[in-house]
Amino acid sequence: MDRFSWSNGLLEINETLVIQQRGVRLYDGDDKECCIAMPLSQIILFEEQAAGIGKSAKIVIHLHATPANKEPGPYQHSKYSFIKLSFKEHGQIEFYRRLTEEMTQRRWENTPVSQPISTGTGSQAGRIRAVGIVGIERKIEEKRKETDKNISEAFEDLSKLMVKAKEMVELSRSIANKIKDKQGDITEDETIRFKSYLLSMGIANPVTRDTYGSGTHYHMQLAKQLGDMLQAPLEERGGMMALTEVYCLVNRARGMELLSPEDLVNACKMFESLKLPLRLRVFDSGVMVVQLQSHSEEEMIASALDNVLDKGSLTAEEFAKLLGLSVLLCKERLLLAEKMGHLCRDDSVEGLRFYANRF
Amino acid sequence: MSFEWPWQYNFPPFFTLQPNVETRQKQLAAWCSLALSYCRHHKLYTLDVMEAQESPVFNNKKIERKLSMEAIQVVFEELRKKGNLDWLDKNKSRCLVMWRRPEEWGKLIYQWVSKNGMVNSVFTLYELSNGDDTEGEEFHGLEEWMLLRSLQALQTDGKAEIITMDDGKGVKFF
Repeated sequence: MDRFSWSNGLLEINETLVIQQRGVRLYDGDDKECCIAMPLSQIILFEEQAAGIGKSAKIVIHLHATPANKEPGPYQHSKYSFIKLSFKEHGQIEFYRRLTEEMTQRRWENTPVSQPISTGTGSQAGRIRAVGIVGIERKIEEKRKETDKNISEAFEDLSKLMVKAKEMVELSRSIANKIKDKQGDITEDETIRFKSYLLSMGIANPVTRDTYGSGTHYHMQLAKQLGDMLQAPLEERGGMMALTEVYCLVNRARGMELLSPEDLVNACKMFESLKLPLRLRVFDSGVMVVQLQSHSEEEMIASALDNVLDKGSLTAEEFAKLLGLSVLLCKERLLLAEKMGHLCRDDSVEGLRFYANRF
Repeated sequence: MSFEWPWQYNFPPFFTLQPNVETRQKQLAAWCSLALSYCRHHKLYTLDVMEAQESPVFNNKKIERKLSMEAIQVVFEELRKKGNLDWLDKNKSRCLVMWRRPEEWGKLIYQWVSKNGMVNSVFTLYELSNGDDTEGEEFHGLEEWMLLRSLQALQTDGKAEIITMDDGKGVKFF
């Protein structure tokens, strides 16, 4: 079969760019090869082949026979009726989803350019009732078509769900804003409960390795998403959160698409280069936190000193209770103030206590 | 006259070695001055590190804080650097405390000698530290080793000479 045609890589009239994916290898049947262009109308159905050890994920695309009037392409003969796309750098899920969308919409049929290829072959296939091997082959093909339809429908539902999910999140956001405006009418308890609902709603479409591939690009997208979702919780917590806390929060919001600690750290490291208003900060003790860029250190130290002066002396636990923050972070604040020479410590059997530095 | 404790003595962080370098320097300076003034007040010349931990200087029972063994060593080492302390053994378990350095003592003694117009006279060491004439002077009652060190300091300055006599040592001032 001569399926492919030479292409200059530019879009023709009536063509639109749906998705681009790097690192995809094209297999001619079972032979590895790379090329070119092919009209979507030629696709009968396609299926996924999951990745395995040492094997990248593939999408197998079954094709109609080529129309007779097609110009000769790079490969004029093939014994296979299908091609394979091999995704070296992931992205197959998004690719598969978009391809499904395109296949259900069948946009090429709405174009004025006549495309006798697909319809012609399709109707012919329906009419001919052959027996023998050809008949069996046809039956298999029909079965495949059936599965394809089912899969498409299933995915359609999923896509619809995704769209709805976005709407839901939008809705909940607007409700949240309303609540903010009418703080007085609603009790603190209810607000908290509602917030927890919002939290479990999570992120409408989390950035995953499958959609964005591996490496820097993935971490950059992830960092951007983190920047959006962490802004509010950070402001609520006085501008600073321990990385462990961030990890829990993010993964709770992501639902099924769990994030590994490494990915989180790597994404957080990108905050600065992406000019996001967040920063990853490593304390001398090795504790890592995410803080707002606007979060000033002097202010933090000054508040620690004020609190200590107010109470005479403070332990990290007492300080945490006062501020409503985690003990770990409060301890870091006290240590920071000590490092700057504003506080001094009393390390006794009763625990570590901080005093104003009177020396 | 009872010993007057400095304000730091009732400040709990005083009994924890501060990690902040600047703070620690101030803290150690306060400890040195406290240890020296305490020894001066009680006329202490030797200290045992083990005993020191139990002495009121390093153990404030009122606020239930005491300086740890390591911290005491750090304070003593600081005193040694300033010339106010000498270890008596290699293990650093006992030490001589000089709340005035030998040069300072020598200066005091020489002042007294010249004030009383006794330059060029000879004294026995006992006369200087326990004699009636020196009563009321600060160096009265000074232990012999300390006195000897002070006089040696004067000798290097050429202001005195130590003479060995039958029943002990004497000194001549110039």
